[in-house]
Amino acid sequence: MSAAAHGHHDLGFFKKYMFSTDHKVIGMQYLITGIIMAFLGGYLAVKFRSQLAFPELALLSGSEYNSSVTMHGLIMVFWVAMPILVAAFGNFLIPTMIGCDDMAYPTLNMISYWLFLVSAFVAIASLLIGGYGGAWTLYPPLSANMAEASGGGAYVIGKVPGLFSGGSLIITAVALEIIAFLIGGLNFLVTTINMRAPGMSIWDLPFVVWMIDLAVVVFMFSVGPLVAGAIMLLFDRTLGTGFFDPNRGGDPILFQHLFWFFGHPEVYVVLFPSMGFVGEAITTFSRKPLFGFKKVIWAAIVASILSFIVWAHHQFIAGIDPHAAVFFTIFTVLISVPFAAMMFSFIATLWKGSIELTSAMLWALGFIITFLFGGVTGIYLGTLTSDVVFHDTYFVVAHFHYTFVPITIFGGMTAIYFWFPKFVGKNFSEFWGKVHFWISFISFNAIFLPMFIPGTAGQHRRIAGYTEATFPAMAVEPYATIRIISTVAFWVLFIAQVIWIIHMIVKFYTGEKAVKNPWKANTLEWTCDSPPPHGNFATYPTVYRGPYEYSVPSRDSDYWPQDEKG
Amino acid sequence: MSSEARTMTFSEVPKGRLIIWLVVAGEMVIFGGGIVAYLLYRLNHIEIFDYLARFTSTWMGALNTVVLLTSSFFIVKAHDYAARKELKKMRNAMFVTIGLGGVFLVVKTIEWVPKIKAGLGLNDGSAFWGKVSAAPGHTFWLSYFFLTGMHGAHVILGMITIFIVWLSVRKGQNLHRVEMAGIYWHFVDLVWIFLFPLFYLSR
Repeated sequence: MSAAAHGHHDLGFFKKYMFSTDHKVIGMQYLITGIIMAFLGGYLAVKFRSQLAFPELALLSGSEYNSSVTMHGLIMVFWVAMPILVAAFGNFLIPTMIGCDDMAYPTLNMISYWLFLVSAFVAIASLLIGGYGGAWTLYPPLSANMAEASGGGAYVIGKVPGLFSGGSLIITAVALEIIAFLIGGLNFLVTTINMRAPGMSIWDLPFVVWMIDLAVVVFMFSVGPLVAGAIMLLFDRTLGTGFFDPNRGGDPILFQHLFWFFGHPEVYVVLFPSMGFVGEAITTFSRKPLFGFKKVIWAAIVASILSFIVWAHHQFIAGIDPHAAVFFTIFTVLISVPFAAMMFSFIATLWKGSIELTSAMLWALGFIITFLFGGVTGIYLGTLTSDVVFHDTYFVVAHFHYTFVPITIFGGMTAIYFWFPKFVGKNFSEFWGKVHFWISFISFNAIFLPMFIPGTAGQHRRIAGYTEATFPAMAVEPYATIRIISTVAFWVLFIAQVIWIIHMIVKFYTGEKAVKNPWKANTLEWTCDSPPPHGNFATYPTVYRGPYEYSVPSRDSDYWPQDEKG
Repeated sequence: MSSEARTMTFSEVPKGRLIIWLVVAGEMVIFGGGIVAYLLYRLNHIEIFDYLARFTSTWMGALNTVVLLTSSFFIVKAHDYAARKELKKMRNAMFVTIGLGGVFLVVKTIEWVPKIKAGLGLNDGSAFWGKVSAAPGHTFWLSYFFLTGMHGAHVILGMITIFIVWLSVRKGQNLHRVEMAGIYWHFVDLVWIFLFPLFYLSR
């Protein structure tokens, strides 16, 4: 990244790559941190999947199993999905797509990343002292007034765990991470509202910028109760206050409300950016305008509003009022309507387009197919009557991963392949991109599609090992074989990601230099050099049209950049 | 879509004013979570909470309300003086605001210390109120310390903010920052306006 190109003095290594205020460097920092944490979370999954497939080997003790499952969940949601989807690509895309030089508050942006990095270290510290084993939702009383005995022992009831326990550290880490993203998110919103290129109305904003900003808004208005809840939980664990201790008038269900008021909108916080990436890839590689662009955005806005009144579908069996449960069932089923509309818009965009099956496009199509499974199985879990049956089984595990893996891996990979030439400045190998996709796509489905079967048979997700001795009913065929299939497929999926990271690193060093606009896309970031220099644009663009003017009949070329006059 | 350039932007709003309102919005949700938690506790134990609320000192709460409202008046005056470039008056008004924030904290400390000494919230606290069974009332004091404590932390943060802004505006530069500090201070004030009836008046 040539700093000199924009008339800036040359910065030292630390200023340029470590304590940088440049949005692209910060985006790259978020991305790399997220990828490292993804491998850590994946490694935990290798551990507990191996235990599940071969319970007689007793690879993990009960509490080690609980801790790996819990930490896997927390790390993947808070330190992988959030930084990669929202922070990394928000940082890359928002300033370049709206045609400005940097974020509105570059220093605040840097503080956001460093706070996030501290939170990641606190999370790793928690893992190193044994982690926390009470499930990623941090429900009291397990999380509040029971101390985890280290080294595989049982829980000690009624003991105040203190600050230096796996649970307290991970709650602290989550709170820090949330504050980091609040700071970063404020910056995204101010930048989008205030720093758009001349001529760029809100309907000229690319779909993905809309989606990232909506995600930030949803995050900002949903996370507050969890901040309060996390502080209360920390007081319970360190001072022994008993906010959630029913013996002393506290209310454990209250924490579930505080958590899920954030926890369910959080699904959409990561889903929106991912849909944005997929939308960008699909419209570019179909050479067609995004079908119903404005309506899709309105659908997303409706979905964001509805996302605040569906949370209690996570608590149907926690003893909430059945009338309230009916209310939440109705809105949960209702929220699938705007998302179905968005999915249909993607499919309608493909219709009669000139489709190019590049790596990014394959990942985007993979997102549509796999996320569809996640969405459809979600109806069963959002409906009160069937959720009572499926609750806490592998049906939930399979459903959850059919939403979050498409969102994080498929959506994230769409973005990484789509914008790799732009932000790294090198071309990658389409061949290896496609190999990566097909291995991942097949192995991902091989992990989770069979999992619905033991799920409907009642295989419970918190059991570390279904052996002949402990659970004879579930140690029989086909369930034992299905567990082995899932595990082997997961190893394949993990190895595919190792191949991917090697491919990316090799291309970072040896790849040929990318051209400005390899996909012939319309949005403003493709008018910068690859990679964009400090300050992004040589001359700041003026916007004349919307972002999806593909295949306009009156024109010779099939695309029409937003900043091209006439 | 038409091809002529469109100029619909919100750029007239200064970015400082924008971000401070967004901060306030985010903070409101955080306090909202705490207040809703308190209300749910209260709905579970209406009589006990009504009884315990008698043990908070209404007159100290009222005094603090007056102190905070007066401090908000002075930050508005500071903004007014900043607009008219009367720097000396502006600096003084900001200092009065910080000083009144300090008075608020002193009153709060006087209020807190005996309650903490009695162990309210942590043990059964029967030394303090005696008659009622301690268990359900526990959460009244927890919420009291949690919400007024979180508010107190924001008062301290607001005082630091105003001081930092004071440092940057005292020579007459960056005068728009007085407004941003003022918006934040009003928010801190507003939170108290919610906490005062919830803990001191409803009994």
